[in-house]
Amino acid sequence: MKADQTLDCMGLYCPMPIVKTAQKFKELKKGEVLEVVSDDKGIKLDMPAWCTATGHEFLGMEEKNGEIRVYVKKAHS
Amino acid sequence: MAEKEKMTIVVFSGDLDKALAAFILATTGASMGMEVSMFFTFWGLNVIKKNKGSIESKGLMRKMLNVMNRGGSKRLKLSKFHMLGLGTWMMKRMMKEVNMPSIDEFITMAHEMGVKLLACSTTCGVMGLPENSFRPEVDSIVGAAYFLNESREAKISLFI
Repeated sequence: MKADQTLDCMGLYCPMPIVKTAQKFKELKKGEVLEVVSDDKGIKLDMPAWCTATGHEFLGMEEKNGEIRVYVKKAHS
Repeated sequence: MAEKEKMTIVVFSGDLDKALAAFILATTGASMGMEVSMFFTFWGLNVIKKNKGSIESKGLMRKMLNVMNRGGSKRLKLSKFHMLGLGTWMMKRMMKEVNMPSIDEFITMAHEMGVKLLACSTTCGVMGLPENSFRPEVDSIVGAAYFLNESREAKISLFI
């Protein structure tokens, strides 16, 4: 999946991937896609939940060798 | 989005592990767009006491209490397996190994994210803690009515 920016969260556990995503989203423009790379399994359910709470769009994820790539789109400013 | 949802947390405990749980939830709540208030009371006040300098309380009993119960984010102990400091030291080390922020870092982070850090006025009075006992990140000293009014509008309210 194509993303405008990537956020490396390898080696970080809850809540850091979500906290960092929220901080990063402040820099993004509406419509841009962020790729979050994480090895914390919690992110699989945490990121969709974060999207539900904040109203941003969860586009999907890919998992390979324990590396989870999550794609989120900034739906509003 | 419409008006921000509120989340309130009472931090009653001064244990390292419980404070950690409180800050994980507070920073996550703030990341989810919620307006978070943390209300520190009783032993929980130890979490937000400044780490350096002395606590200027009046009266022998309060002075004694604040020497024995000095507090400060760097002095918190685990609720289990403190083992004269060895267990707590090991836990802090393990946290560092997996890049988990320390309580100190969590306080700075929460403050920067707009989490309100409130100290309970009654316990400050009972335990003899003037405002300068706390770190600069602490927003204000408030009473139960303020906290309850915040909680009245909160969707999530926790007691830790």
